[in-house]
Amino acid sequence: MVEQEGIRRYVAHIILWIGIAIVAFPVYIAIVASTQDNALIANGQMSLLPGGHFLEVYYQTIVVGTSGTTREPVGNMMLNSLIMAMLIAVGKIAISIISAYAIVYFRFPFRMAIFWIVFITLMLPVEVRIYPTYKIVADLHMLDSFAGLSLPLIASATATLLFRQFFMTVPDELLEASRIDGAGPLRFFWDTLLPLSRTNMAALFVILFILGWNQYLWPLLITTRDDMQTIQVGIRKMMTTNDALTEWPIVMATAVLAMLPPVFVVVAMQKLFVRGLVETEK
Amino acid sequence: MANVTLRNVRKTYPGGFEAIKGVDVDVGDGQFCVLVGPSGCGKSTLLRMVAGLETISGGEIDIGGRVVNQVEPAERDIAMVFQNYALYPHMSVYNNMAYGLRNRGMAEAEIKTRVEEAARVLELAPMLERKPRQLSGGQRQRVAMGRAIVRQPKVFLFDEPLSNLDAKLRIAMRVEIRKLQRRLNTTSIYVTHDQLEAMTLADILVVMNGGQVEQIGNPLAIYEKPATTFVASFIGAPPMNLMSTRPDEVKTQLGSNGRAAEAGILGIRPEDFVITDQTPAGGVALALTVEAIERVGAETFVYGSRQQDEQQVAATPGELPPGEVIVRIPGAEAPAIGQKIRVAAVREKLHLFSADGRKRIEA
Repeated sequence: MVEQEGIRRYVAHIILWIGIAIVAFPVYIAIVASTQDNALIANGQMSLLPGGHFLEVYYQTIVVGTSGTTREPVGNMMLNSLIMAMLIAVGKIAISIISAYAIVYFRFPFRMAIFWIVFITLMLPVEVRIYPTYKIVADLHMLDSFAGLSLPLIASATATLLFRQFFMTVPDELLEASRIDGAGPLRFFWDTLLPLSRTNMAALFVILFILGWNQYLWPLLITTRDDMQTIQVGIRKMMTTNDALTEWPIVMATAVLAMLPPVFVVVAMQKLFVRGLVETEK
Repeated sequence: MANVTLRNVRKTYPGGFEAIKGVDVDVGDGQFCVLVGPSGCGKSTLLRMVAGLETISGGEIDIGGRVVNQVEPAERDIAMVFQNYALYPHMSVYNNMAYGLRNRGMAEAEIKTRVEEAARVLELAPMLERKPRQLSGGQRQRVAMGRAIVRQPKVFLFDEPLSNLDAKLRIAMRVEIRKLQRRLNTTSIYVTHDQLEAMTLADILVVMNGGQVEQIGNPLAIYEKPATTFVASFIGAPPMNLMSTRPDEVKTQLGSNGRAAEAGILGIRPEDFVITDQTPAGGVALALTVEAIERVGAETFVYGSRQQDEQQVAATPGELPPGEVIVRIPGAEAPAIGQKIRVAAVREKLHLFSADGRKRIEA
């Protein structure tokens, strides 16, 4: 019995390791490729061991950019992506927590109708409404700006729904105790509801930041200036070159750099995230 | 310090459901009033109306000489203890107690004095910096009490504050609440469905049923003279034996003299029975077959069935199945199961009610 258990665990571990290898191998390739000489890669003679060009490739990627073109250095792209992802994540959380508060805690005319309208927008992601959205952003002269990059992605039904569900689990007695304690609607929101939503906000921030960071279609459409380019769009543009070799080490280095902020956010927020899952008590 | 007066208070929900059908209660300054009744009788709704958490559809609620129908909960000068305590989970014990005072703009030094005094009284001083989740149920209960007393309100409102505690702690906290209320001498309204809590805590007991007051008064007076069969079976454990006085053995024993003849229902408390062969003059004797015995140490409950079980008493909570009678006898000595016994109660211990159970008849 005990022995069988041991074998099972062994098998389970092997399967998990295989899974990890499948996921990690492309990442490894990207890292390795980013440290090698471009000519080697272009000849198809890429080694599976790291090459010796780590520092120079990353320096060129971040500070200078690809050599053949007038593309921006990746450092600037990362900054653009970071600002956009932060605006989207923070903006979405701020808007949706307030709207969820209104929907859950206030009686006003057409409350349910408004909730359903918000809910229905779930079915209309950016891709579906991309033309009208583009038109609006263009008419408001927000092309090539951070406002144009982030605003259309901020209004979010998902986050509103999530906060609504969370608020509904907060016991009514807390609101009543606050009312007796002399806290008005804003005080209750600020003193009680926000601190209680901390872990939810953290979890949502992780998801939304990655979502914002990985935006491709929308930034591609509305940014034309190179200095407003985000990293996801930048990678794609680096790969298509007309008359020169694609600089694969730099492309790979950019891909690796593009992975880092989401990883960093997940690692940094993990503690809060897990604590939110463990402490169920409201 | 304040009186609380309810005048013909009504609550109708938007759907048309009438939760409170006109209630008049007068709680004197410093008195401890307990609202008791089965679940759904409207007692919690009534309390929440006093707190200002529910709107009032009709009538007036008067706290300390001021009609508060339109006054916000925070302005009513009340403090409430909730069934689930409703402590702010993210605040320390100290901040939980201080929150209401801070919102009122009280100076931090004064808050500190009050919270520390409350913590001393409630023996919470060592845990002021802890969060509610690090406390046991009884300690959380005390924090909820502390949050109420630091406010020094005119009225305390308790909404089944002990029902989340285990039996032992409940008794201890019950005594503590009573002592605290005596010492602070603050008018209190307390909601419970536990008739034992109601009996032991109350200066004034309000028995409610179906949105109406069945009886108001001193707990012992209510116990001794229940006004309706509902009160009779609700107050007292085990409940009063109720039987109809159709023309049968019981009717014959009651005799046809005086007002007893009008009665449709006869009630006898389990402890008023004596196992005996004699029939006291004017009293009632029943022949029973013993069906079950419960020994709890100091006393024993004998469940017996009557030979002729024709009684059809209006349904009330805690009612016994037709024909079953509970007899409470002291000590652990009891007849054997299946034995036939005869029990009797004296005339003074009989409770007579009209046939619909709504009116008490004094014999």
